[in-house]
Amino acid sequence: MAKVTIDGITIEVPDGTTILNAARMIGGDIVPPTMCYHSKLKTSGGYCRTCLVKVSKGSEKDPRPMPKPVASCRTNVMDGMEVENLLSPEILEARAGVVEFLLANHPLDCPVCDQAGECDLQNLAYENGKVATRYEFQKREFEKIDIGDKIQLHMTRCILCYRCVKTADQITDGRVHGVLNRGDVSEISTYIQNAIDNDFSGNMIDVCPVGALTDKTFRFKSRVWYTKPVDAHRDCPKCSGKVRLWYKGEEVLRVTGRKDQYGEVQDWICNDCRYEKKNTSDWVIEGPSHVLRDSVISANHYESLKALKATIDRQRKGLPHGHKTTLGHGALDPNNTH
Amino acid sequence: MALTNRSKQVAVRELTFMERLYLPAIIKGMMITLSHIFKRTPTVKYPDQIREMAPVYRGQHVLKRDEAGAERCTACGLCAVACPAEAITMESAERKKGEENLYREEKYARIYEINMLRCIFCGLCEEACPKEAIFLTDRIVPSSFTRGEEIFGKDLLVEAMNERIDVSKRQRPEVLEFKKDKRHLHNLTYQDARPKTTAHH
Repeated sequence: MAKVTIDGITIEVPDGTTILNAARMIGGDIVPPTMCYHSKLKTSGGYCRTCLVKVSKGSEKDPRPMPKPVASCRTNVMDGMEVENLLSPEILEARAGVVEFLLANHPLDCPVCDQAGECDLQNLAYENGKVATRYEFQKREFEKIDIGDKIQLHMTRCILCYRCVKTADQITDGRVHGVLNRGDVSEISTYIQNAIDNDFSGNMIDVCPVGALTDKTFRFKSRVWYTKPVDAHRDCPKCSGKVRLWYKGEEVLRVTGRKDQYGEVQDWICNDCRYEKKNTSDWVIEGPSHVLRDSVISANHYESLKALKATIDRQRKGLPHGHKTTLGHGALDPNNTH
Repeated sequence: MALTNRSKQVAVRELTFMERLYLPAIIKGMMITLSHIFKRTPTVKYPDQIREMAPVYRGQHVLKRDEAGAERCTACGLCAVACPAEAITMESAERKKGEENLYREEKYARIYEINMLRCIFCGLCEEACPKEAIFLTDRIVPSSFTRGEEIFGKDLLVEAMNERIDVSKRQRPEVLEFKKDKRHLHNLTYQDARPKTTAHH
């Protein structure tokens, strides 16, 4: 076990834990933001540099500070380590610089982009970025590549986080896409426009932190904040079947995996669940998904219906406060009175 | 039983002879009416006569086109989410090849409707718009006989190229200055050639 102090909060974590995961164990505002790290993907992280932290004390044995900011997703904790994130002005400055770099070639076409509203880069830029850019040159442009009828690739929006490549590597068999070229001109692509026909290839959409890979079946259907996320599941022979349905009215516009508070997918879902099952009758509805209060999706999202129904049930049965009622199929149905 | 001790007993007084004639009161009232004939009338004879408006008057909306005539709106939905009256609805579609002269961006509003009965003309849609597409103008929304007519679609909102609507009064000098800067994608029309910087294969 190693004792580590992050922004003045001390926690004991197992050896080999990264600073980022130690911060996540503490939770709250001190957790560094991430773009390329994904908890379910091995060897992810280390590309985007948004999770930079300052190590002001290396360890108990060697108390010298690390000479420059380190990527917290790739640096393991040492016993007695002291880390500064929000408390360090130079880290906030450095992170603003990283955001500026990430946005240097980003087209900022959020009004057109289907990811807008649930985009990690948007959130990162709002929270850590600066208002203006100093970049004066023409932004990168690419010729459009069709990577199949299910996934839309917008290479200009890509920040080269490698998450999709690692997804293709680790959860699909037979990788058909990767990063071509190097440095400034590197780009994500399928090799010679091979169609992506793997059962789990759709998960690349979910892991993409920006709008580079989006669902083609949802393309321009709606803005995400007009759709209502609902958790649902079904018995799927291929995957866990635990998904999030995005409703507009009675219609399921999109099916995605469930993401945790850090925007990382919890369970991989197969392409059947994602693209083929777009009827309410295909699913068992669990209830409204949890949406962070500061998310634009939370506008008109009545998540508290769940709590409301639980309260009504409790009152009706005369049970004491704190008693949990189960929410089964039809919990959202206003005609359902059981 | 009185609830408080502040209640007063009201007695209906018998009218005097003069009061019972009623004539003096009628004449007094008529005099007031007559005196108004000689006063200046506050109404204007619209549309023959148009009242002077503030330069930032917020009237009927316009959906702007750019200099080349392409629609600026890209159906991002920010106006609708900013609208406190929920008066705006839209449906987007993807621009097809050959439509570049009609729509600026690869997505456009196929349907764009403002319910003028709901609209409170607050101007938040204009403030939210990232594309300088929607503006409130100094035009007055015409009245109509049915509610359906008050839902304005794109046919009534998008400006015609031969009679463009000047909205420069509602744009700050900094914005007008920024629009001259052709380095920004925002200010380019499809006709402006975009030099390719990255060779692909």
